[in-house]
Amino acid sequence: MENLGYLFAIYTIVWAVLFGYVWVLLLRQKQLRRELESLKEALRAKK
Amino acid sequence: MKNKNTPWTGVAILIAFVLMAVALYGALVFSPEEKQLGNTIRILYVHVPSAWIALVAFGIVSLCSVLFLWKRNLKWDTLARSSAEVGLVFTSLALISGSIWARSFWGWWWTWDPRLTSTLILWLIYLAYLMVRSYATEESRGARYAAVVAIIGFVDVPIIYLTTRLWNLAHPPPTVARGALDPIFVWVLMVSLAAFTLLYIILLTRTVEQKNLRREIDQLRQSLK
Repeated sequence: MENLGYLFAIYTIVWAVLFGYVWVLLLRQKQLRRELESLKEALRAKK
Repeated sequence: MKNKNTPWTGVAILIAFVLMAVALYGALVFSPEEKQLGNTIRILYVHVPSAWIALVAFGIVSLCSVLFLWKRNLKWDTLARSSAEVGLVFTSLALISGSIWARSFWGWWWTWDPRLTSTLILWLIYLAYLMVRSYATEESRGARYAAVVAIIGFVDVPIIYLTTRLWNLAHPPPTVARGALDPIFVWVLMVSLAAFTLLYIILLTRTVEQKNLRREIDQLRQSLK
């Protein structure tokens, strides 16, 4: 049961980074879709 | 450009999620301890797949950069840039996990071994590729400069591959290719490799989609002016 601290550290870092990255991507995607919809709305209103 | 999710996206995400869960179970529960490495063998299951994706992602960046310079089609540049963003994350993970593994097994965090140094250079090339674009005054010029950086930077990929074959220094040689690893470890590693590869593909397609959305938004902004 040697070096379990290092093992724990690596798995925590890898999974935190991957989940964090996916989370940021999802948030950004949501924001972009919202922005696109409001722009389309504005364009429709302008016509 | 279409940005709608296809049913395949949902299926791919579900498969990736299941594969990731299986890989995690395999790495932390199913895999036995290795005679020499003990429990640190479990680090192999995240370190090797991260390093694999680091190389594959840069291969995609370079290939798409060649296609972009040749065809002058923005879709290749978008794919290259997206792969660089995802690849940088995995290269960072490979370096961090490798460093912690080295500390746990050999007692040092870092040494200027050829494999470690060439991987650090790859990380710097990724960074240079992304920075060149953000510093360029024109987007198209930045894309061209970055493509050149990616094509020249590809020289580092075969160097990384060859380092442990040419020099037997700090980083161990490829144990799987030599058949030096028990099949049970190889199986768990293969599942992890499959899970990480699928995750890379999903992250890549999501990033490409976002870049297309951003372009669509910019075009709409222009037409509103």
